[in-house]
Amino acid sequence: MSTNLDINVKHLTRVEGHGNIVVNMKEGVLEKAQLEIVEAPRYFEAMLKGRSFHEAAIITSRICGICSLGHQITSLKTTEQALGLEVSEQTVLLRKLLIHGANLQSNILHAYFLAAPDFLNVGSVFPLVGTHPEVVLRALRMKRLANDIGDVVSGRAVHPITPVPGGFTRIPTAAELLELKRRLVEDMVPDFAATVETLKTLAGAIPAFERDTEYISLRSDDEYAMYDGDICSTDTGRVPDSEYLRMSNEFIVPHSTSKHCKVNRSSYMVGALARWNNNHDKLCDLAKGAAEELGLKPGCTNPYMNTIAQVVECAHCVVDSLAIIDKLLGDGLKDEQPNQEPTRYGTGIGCTEVPRGILYHEYEYDRQGRMVKANCIIPTGQNLENIDDDMKKLVPEIIDKSKEEITLHLEMLVRAYDPCISCSVHMLDVDFIE
Amino acid sequence: MADKPRVAIFDFTGCEGCELNQLNFEDQLLDILAHVDIVEWREAMDGHADEYDIAFVEGSLSTPDCIQRIHEVRRKAKVLVALGACAVQGGVNAVKNTHPIDEVREEVYGQDKYLFPTLPALPLSSVVKVDYNVRGCPMTQIEFLKVFTSLVMGKEPVEPEHSVCVECKLKENECVFERGMICLGPVIRAGCDAQCPSVGQYCTGCRGLVPEPNLEGMEEILVSHGLSVDEAWKRLELYNANEVEGVRS
Repeated sequence: MSTNLDINVKHLTRVEGHGNIVVNMKEGVLEKAQLEIVEAPRYFEAMLKGRSFHEAAIITSRICGICSLGHQITSLKTTEQALGLEVSEQTVLLRKLLIHGANLQSNILHAYFLAAPDFLNVGSVFPLVGTHPEVVLRALRMKRLANDIGDVVSGRAVHPITPVPGGFTRIPTAAELLELKRRLVEDMVPDFAATVETLKTLAGAIPAFERDTEYISLRSDDEYAMYDGDICSTDTGRVPDSEYLRMSNEFIVPHSTSKHCKVNRSSYMVGALARWNNNHDKLCDLAKGAAEELGLKPGCTNPYMNTIAQVVECAHCVVDSLAIIDKLLGDGLKDEQPNQEPTRYGTGIGCTEVPRGILYHEYEYDRQGRMVKANCIIPTGQNLENIDDDMKKLVPEIIDKSKEEITLHLEMLVRAYDPCISCSVHMLDVDFIE
Repeated sequence: MADKPRVAIFDFTGCEGCELNQLNFEDQLLDILAHVDIVEWREAMDGHADEYDIAFVEGSLSTPDCIQRIHEVRRKAKVLVALGACAVQGGVNAVKNTHPIDEVREEVYGQDKYLFPTLPALPLSSVVKVDYNVRGCPMTQIEFLKVFTSLVMGKEPVEPEHSVCVECKLKENECVFERGMICLGPVIRAGCDAQCPSVGQYCTGCRGLVPEPNLEGMEEILVSHGLSVDEAWKRLELYNANEVEGVRS
């Protein structure tokens, strides 16, 4: 039994961005347990000020390489609402396909490259090349295909090129979509089944830890909500996206260059586990079956299970991608030009489920189509207070373990959220004062 | 070569999209790993190293901590390669340099603006010697493979000095201006195989300016295609604010 504990993990590895874990216990009293965000602030508002609506999505996608597609689609939806730009059904379908590709690539990257080494007691994926070559090759194959969805539909998976306000600068060909479909059926479906089998053998390595919290995600009557929907809380139900400020409540803390958030309790969680808890009824049978095999149940309150929820969600991305491709090909691809003639100049709100949770953008444009006000609320920022609350409950529960084991449990906890620290640091509500 | 080169990868202020693009070499990653030992890479692995043959560095320098860390990386590295627009020329981060720094901080953090130290966003080369560049936002993958292969083979990587227009013409693309859009291709450095103009978008300038660019001429072309003078310079600034600001003022 240790009554004094001092943990300081500087620049936690295998997460996106720079964060430190700091835990301090003196004579049995927990004085500090927090994730410090030390990523350099980037001041994106200064970059957006006065910028043309053509550039808003180009700039905001640079908030984060891993989440670039999510920022881009959310930004485009926000700009289109502010400027009254209608988009076609084909545009919406292609965007939904892109979101599936980005979610697949991010979830696979996290499960195989960032989280799995913890389950196998190694420091990175690289030693697994020698010990588990078939698993690494499978992970690379799955990630390649997920990225190829981005390359084919948006010109480039990281910082996509062709999605612009009002549509796409290039429409993929039927042959390109058919090839994606073939590989999804022939490669991705069996690789997903093998992933579930592999994970089943590692399930014992997931720590047993429960903490009930508020879970917030999008919710739609029509589908497993990713592209749009109402904001849904496990505590208070559904509200329209216009209430996003009330449903996030940002505040500044000294130990983080990213703002923190809370709504009905001291903290809340967003991301795959929140989506699962709110929307598991909308998942396809393949995803539901995987959840059952991996022991993920509705109302799950173990944050370590977020990684499992990400994998379960991959099944939905694959099955729905196939449905979207069939619909696009069945309707016939149309060589549309983007609709970029504004019908009004005002404010718009966009919200999308991106891999790490619900992302909000809000913009205001002047009559020249230049940005006067921007606000973005990032999933990882919303999770930070929840991570701190988890650590405060977790540390006393595992205090009998060695310092190394406690540190590993804390690192695994933070990694389970798949935090994207670059993202969390960069956006903020901003009023440009002319 | 007797031993495999020891490679380390670092990130400063940026989006880590360049590093992600390294993990996105799914088809070549195992070949790359066969030719080098990766000794430090925070985004992908645990552990630290005391020295390395090649350091790949992403991101611009924008805090006092960044300046201290880049000196340390430089001391331990035989060869230092800047990865991507933020590291090479400051990238989108440098747009904040066009506004007064105190105003920028206050807009973001309000009365808590002094909690977090910040500097103008600088390219690596403004603080330490950079041996080679891999340009682009995100870094151009074909260029990374060229530079990587050259270094592993002990050859000198060559950086293109001609404009994106040259590559665009070679691909027989219809000129972006002919499509009723604007484009920065005439003053932007090639090496990306005119990636954006080839899929219907305009060149936004991520690979940096060509040596001795004619920016006044570029302004004239942009204005004759409908942009205001202010808007023309804003577009040029997007990835190149540090260079463009000097010319404009």
